[in-house]
This record gives sequence, structure tokens and C-alpha cells, in this order.
Amino acid sequence: MTTISSLASRKGRNVELALLVFAVGIVVLAYINVGIAVEGAIPPSLVAVGSGFLVITAVFHLVMRWRAPYADPLILPIATLLNGLGLVMINRLDLARGDDLAEGMALRQLMWSALAAGLAIAALIILRDHRILRRYTYLAGALGFGLLVLPLVPGLGLENYGSRIWIKLGPFSFQPGEIAKVVLAIFFAGYLVQTRDALSVAGRRILGLTLPRARDLGPILVAWMLSVGVLVLEKDLGSSLLFFGLFVAMLYVATERTSWVALGLMLFGVGCWVANMLFSHVQQRVLLWLDTFSREALDTSDQLAKGIMGMGSGGMFGTGLGRGRPDLTYFAESDFIIPSFGEEIGLVGLFALLLLYVLLVERGLRTAIGARDGFGKLLASGLAFSVALQCFVVVGGVTRVIPLTGLTMPFLSQGGSSLLANWTLVALLLRISDHARRPVPDPEAPSPVASDQTQVVKVR
Amino acid sequence: MNSPIRRLSFVVAFLFATLLVSTTMIQFVYAKDLNARPDNRRTLLSSYARERGQILVGDTAIAKSVPASNEFKWLRTYPGGAAYAHITGYYSFYGAGSGLEQAENGLLSGSSDKLAFRRVSDFFTGRKTSGASLELTIDPKVQEAAIKALDGRKGSAVAVNPSTGEILAMVSNPGFNPATLSGHDLTKVEKAYNGLNADPNKPLVNRAIGGDLYPPGSVFKIVTAAAALSSGKFQPDSELPGPAELDLPQTTVGLPNIGNRSCGDNDKTTLLNAMEISCNSAFGFLGMELGADALRDQAAKFGVGDQLSIPMRVTPSSVPAELNQPQLAQSAVGQYDVRVTPLQVAMFSAGVANAGVVMRPHLVKSVLSSDLSVIERAEPEQLSEATTPEVAAQLTEMMEAVVENGSGKPAQIDGVRVAGKTGTAETDRVARAHAWFTGFAPANDPQIAVAVVVENGGDPDSEARGGGAVGGPIAKAMLEAGLKK
Repeated sequence: MTTISSLASRKGRNVELALLVFAVGIVVLAYINVGIAVEGAIPPSLVAVGSGFLVITAVFHLVMRWRAPYADPLILPIATLLNGLGLVMINRLDLARGDDLAEGMALRQLMWSALAAGLAIAALIILRDHRILRRYTYLAGALGFGLLVLPLVPGLGLENYGSRIWIKLGPFSFQPGEIAKVVLAIFFAGYLVQTRDALSVAGRRILGLTLPRARDLGPILVAWMLSVGVLVLEKDLGSSLLFFGLFVAMLYVATERTSWVALGLMLFGVGCWVANMLFSHVQQRVLLWLDTFSREALDTSDQLAKGIMGMGSGGMFGTGLGRGRPDLTYFAESDFIIPSFGEEIGLVGLFALLLLYVLLVERGLRTAIGARDGFGKLLASGLAFSVALQCFVVVGGVTRVIPLTGLTMPFLSQGGSSLLANWTLVALLLRISDHARRPVPDPEAPSPVASDQTQVVKVR
Repeated sequence: MNSPIRRLSFVVAFLFATLLVSTTMIQFVYAKDLNARPDNRRTLLSSYARERGQILVGDTAIAKSVPASNEFKWLRTYPGGAAYAHITGYYSFYGAGSGLEQAENGLLSGSSDKLAFRRVSDFFTGRKTSGASLELTIDPKVQEAAIKALDGRKGSAVAVNPSTGEILAMVSNPGFNPATLSGHDLTKVEKAYNGLNADPNKPLVNRAIGGDLYPPGSVFKIVTAAAALSSGKFQPDSELPGPAELDLPQTTVGLPNIGNRSCGDNDKTTLLNAMEISCNSAFGFLGMELGADALRDQAAKFGVGDQLSIPMRVTPSSVPAELNQPQLAQSAVGQYDVRVTPLQVAMFSAGVANAGVVMRPHLVKSVLSSDLSVIERAEPEQLSEATTPEVAAQLTEMMEAVVENGSGKPAQIDGVRVAGKTGTAETDRVARAHAWFTGFAPANDPQIAVAVVVENGGDPDSEARGGGAVGGPIAKAMLEAGLKK
């Protein structure tokens, strides 16, 4: 049991402030670095971009102090740093194309960042307790599935580069799958908290696995069919893997039963195998994955090969920001932003980036452990795991661990829908962690973990 | 629910560990292989980004890089065009291909160790590093005379300075335009390259130093004669058998003279006369008398079998290792499996011209830095002593007689003493023979030695109408162009 007096000084906001200053400092230095490397001078846009970035961060931090004072102090700095580095790389690629700030993509990314951070701030202000979301479980479910199938609606959906995961609304194109990720996590958490008893207790033991009853198989079969539907109809292996993986992981956390995981992996395997048998676009992806440098694959697409050669040219320490040629790869600023970084900051820099994600996910899982309610635990672990899985799908895709898919790297990749979704995700994690680390408001409620264990840096 | 969350964190750790391994594989383990891939544009771009050195003939650049407005920064151009294509080679997406572009890529690109000191000083002075330039030994007058005289016929012509080994001209027909391979449009370059590569006439092959070697035919008699004179057993006036067809032991076939004529009264001739009229039977007899070792040793002293780089690699000419008597007779007249490059034939003449001393042939006179200061200058270097000065003088006399009275008359130049030897090399029974001519001038003060071959240009029935009539005028044109007036 903790006492209120020992917690009062350990909210972590000063740690957060220090880390935020550090994050903004790195981003500004990287921005200057790019300007000097590409154009030979400190970019004149530094003041505008830097102050814009600084203002967003400062406002966010102040709102944190006001509305989520006990939240985990690492999550916001990590998200800020990743978002900022993404901006730097997008700006760097603009420069390579000869675009200045006004006509390039970096300014739009900055505006989207502001919008997304604004949405996250609004969520923190409006949503005082994450448990409220539980009330909207089935609404979230309907919304999530709706968003997922939206690109299939004729006239609205947009097929781009082989995948049908965009919708077009006037001048804007949007990837509803990104938002669906967050909304579905809310649905899964709410649904599984309700049904976990039925799913985890009943069943027969066969070969050491407690297999679920047939009537409990419904949800996983629905989720599976939906994933396979996404894979086949939207031709998007990444989203398919992400949603199904998210569901299975949350199901496992809710029920603690390995049989669900085994069943899930088996189902997913079968789905992929059948899809590979039946659909040429899946076969094409598999060919590109297994035999990237073959004549046949290169004739289909040399994007993956180019990305890999870019990473190769970066080597251990990279060419230096602004000194490589990441612009030679298509979608260097979105799907292939990781090879872009790999080329310019090298293997060492890429490791640092990946470790930032590891830290972010770890803080999310830590939040889940600290959360005092089942819904919060499930939601936090689901959100954190979705970030890990998405990183794996994206980086694994460009480094040939799995077939290449069209997902974005959270916070780094260019794209508004991705930023909106991931900043919302961060807001939810912050809200849950604030709740988890808050001094026990109700003496009757047991605290599973002493919240001061989550502290990484001690500040007096 | 905490323990499954903890286990989930192991799954996360496993996922990220996989990514650390996969990125390490690409950026550390396979990085070198990836960078060496020919289709790696980044490697190309970084090599294009630096100004490549020029290749100069006199004051004129035959290859130079000009600033390009596109991402490649520099475009390689060839003002010398097809005339110098086999000397320059080409510099394309495929890298430095053939010629000096390839052989001296290190110097031209600036990456050679010889330029290391300069690169360091460039770094400190902030000067843009650029490749070194090459000044060639080529005499444009001789080169152009050779091209004009060859008149597009398939074959090759080489000229060297006998006393220094400097290559004054090197022509190979058919040629190609290196600019078509150095462009920035990958598709066009690929198409041009594939076209040239598939061409049955092999325009990319430098016939002067490489490719499928030629049988030398009678120009090899210079070597046989040198061996004979060096043996001490023969003099220019030694009497030799010269029947219309020489009986070869162990076989039913003989070694016939061209046109099946006897070389003299009573089937007798002298060494001098045999040279003049290119008498096969007399030289076949000589070969068998001297033996395989003597013949091969003499050839080796002229450079046959040597691995030469001028700096392009020269395919070594060869005399077969095992020779029985009839093969020896055929080899002595440049048939059977004797194979030579035109450069090697020019070295036969150059060795004779230079009092028996063969100089190492070379193409680069000096290496210049970007500010045109000399980094390295080639010094004439002796390759070997082919004959004594006395034997060389006797050979010169005999070769002069060839041009004055014999099969080499078409190479005569007014007021200049020209030494030469014709050759008509049969390839097979169907195709016309290769027409050869090699020689030097002036015979009393040699300044230039040449070798010419016109593929399938010769008349197998007459040496005079073959090597003499076809090769002679080309050699004459080159000799005239190379003589200092």
C-alpha cells in the first residue's frame, strides 16, 4: 500500500518537461543539420517550424500538468521526438525534390501534427476517466468495423498502388484503417471485459490446451473473417495482420488462455495460405518478399530492392542526415521512411529509433499492469501492442521479415490519418496511466502495483 | 490479467529483436554486397558525382566530363568519338567499361591510391576532389591516317614508336560511339549496349590487343628469320630449298607456296629472296631445321606470351607448346596454331627497327592532376632484347628488300626507305585470308613501326595481291603520317 504523501512529489511532470526539452532540442538540431547538409545554410524556415513545434509541445505539457498530472512521463516525450524526427525526414525529402517548406509535405505534416496533438489535448480535457469509454463498447464496435470496410464502398474507396485502404472525401484522402485501430481496441476491451469469464473458464482440455466451446468461438471467427476480408478485398495484408493480431493478443490478455493464441495463429495461417493460393496480388507480394532481387520481382516492383539498397548504403553509421539519397525510393516519406532513416542515420540510428518504440510500448504495457480496472488494462495493453505490431509489420516489411504492406510507421510516416490515430492512442494511454498512477482515490480499491515502481527518473 | 500482459511483453521483445536482426543483416552483414550490385543507383550516383579526369591526345580531350543539369551532376562525353572508342572505352551505368576508362578507372575517378596524398590535401584546402587526367602517346595524325586508310574495313591498325614503345595509333574496326553508352538514359544505354554486344561483328572488341587473336601468316617469318640468323647457321645469302610444295614428314600433305610456284631456279632460293617473295617452303624448311625451342624462344624474345598491360590488358600472343615436325613447318610460316595480336606484330617490326631491343608498349604518356600538373610521367622501358644489333640490321635489310623488290611494293614511299613484311593468313578453306602488313620507316632511322590486318581482305593466291596490295597502302599512309618532316 502506498501513501499519498510519498506520491505527491512523484507525478513525473518535471521529468517529462526535461525530456520534452531534450526531444525538441534533438529535433531542432536535426532540422538544422538537414538544412546545412542539403542547402549549405541554416534553413530560414527554422524559426517558423521550430516555434510551431515548440508551441504545440508546450501547450500539451501544460495541459498534462492540468488534466493528467500523474500520467507516465515518458510517453509524451517519445511521441514528440518521433513526430519531430518524422517531420525532419519529410522536410529533408522535400528539399531533395526541390520543394521548399510552403510547397512541400513537411508543412502539411506540421499542420496535421498540430491538429492531431490538438485532438489528443482535447481528449485529455474532455475525457476525465477512460472508463467512460466502456459505455460506448458496441458503438465503437460498429464504428470500427464501419471504418474498416469504408474503402470498399464504391465511389468513396480509392485503390492506390494495389491496396484499397483509402477513402476520398473531396480533396482529402484518408486511411480509415488507422482510426479503426484505436476504435476497435476500445471495442475489444469493452467486449472482452464482459465476456472474459465465459471465454476463459469453459472448455475441454485436449492435448494440454483447454479448447473453447464451439459457441464461444464466434467472436474469434468473426474477427478472422473480417481480417481475411480485409486481406482479400482491400488487398492489405498489413491491416489484416494488425487487426487480427490485436484481437488475439487482447483475447489472450483477457482470458489468459494459450489455446486462443494457438487457434488464432492457426486460423491466420490458414487464411494467408488460402489467399496465397487464390489471389495473384498476394502471390506477387510473396514473390517480392522471398525473391526481391530476382529479375521477375524487379520487373514487378523495385521499390523494396531500392529501399534495401538505400539501407545498405547507410551501413553502420549512415550517410548523415541530408547526405544520402533516400529520395530514390518511392514513398520514402511514408511507407519507406524507415529505410530513409536507415540510410541517413545508419544502423546505430535505426536501433535508437526502434528502442524508442520499444520504450513507448513498454510504458504502455506498464500502464496496463498498473491500471486498476480490467477495461483499462485491456485497452492499454491492446493499444501498446498495436504499436508494437504495427512497427513489426512496417519495419519487417521493408527488411524482408514479412511481405511488404502499406502500413505507416507510427508518428514518423507522412500522413494525417496516421498522426490523428496515433496521437489519440497516446492520449488514451496517458489518460489510463494517469489513472493508474494516481494515488488511490478509494481506500477500498486494491492497488495491484505500487505506482512509484513505474518511475524511471527520480526527481526530488 | 497481469501475467499475460507480462508474457505479451516477451512477444513484443521478440518482435523487436527480429527487427534488430533484420536491419543488422541489411545494414551490416549484406551492406557490402548490396553496394556492389550493378543496379544500385546510389553507388552509381556517388561515382557520377565526382568530376572524372580527361583523356587527352595532345591538347585535345577525347574523353571528358561536362557538368550535367540533372541529378548525375556530370556527363561523360567523347569528343574523339568512334575514332578513339577502343582507346577511351566508355563510362556508363554499368561502370567503367573497357579501354582506359576501365584500365585507369582508379586514376580517372580519383580513387587510386596514387592520388591519396592529393585527396588529403583537397580535404584540407576544401578543393573539390576530381580525377586525374591522362595524356596519351597517340599521334592524332597517325590515328586518323589509319582510320582513313582502313576505310571501314574490318580489322586493326597499330603504330608504335620503336625507340620508346609509345603507341602512336591503335585502331579497331568496326568501332562504336562511346557516347551512346555513357548517356544518362538507362533504357537507351541498355539498348545500345545490348545491340553492340549482340552484333556478330563484335564492335566492342579491341582487335588490336584482344578478342579472338589472328593467325599471323607470313609476317611471322620475321621471327623465323630472326631465329635463323641468330642461330649463326644461316646468313641472308644462305641457300635454302624452295620447292613449290615442301614435303612434310609424317603426313601426306605438303606445305605449298602461295600460287604453288617454285621460289627459284632448281627449287633453290636464298634466305633474302625467300623473305622478299615470302616463300613458304623455304621458311617451313627453316622451321624444321631450327626446331621448336629455337622458334618459340625467338618469339618469346619479341614479347609473344608476355602478359602486357598498356594499361589495358593485352591478350598474350602464343606459339603452341608442343610442335611436331610438320606443325613446326606450318608454325614457321605463321600458320597452324600460332596466334598474335596486331600490337604484337607491330612489336616484331619495332624490335627489328630498334636494333633488336623491344620496348614496352604503353599508351599513357603522363598522368595530370586537375590543375594539369604532372603526377606521373611514363619512362621508356626495355621489354626484352629480341636479337643482336647485327641480326636486326640483317633483318632490316631483308625487310627493305621486301618493300623495294618483293611483295611489299605498295608500301613504298618516295624518298624514304621503308622496311616491311606482308602476310596472308589463311583462316579456313572457305573464308578469304587475312591480309597483313607490318613494317617501319625510315629504315635507316626508324621513327615509326606499324602493323595492319584486314580481316578476310587478302587474296590467298598471291601475297602481293593479299597482304601487299591490301595492307601495304594502309601501312604506307600511317608511316607517312608518322614521319617527322
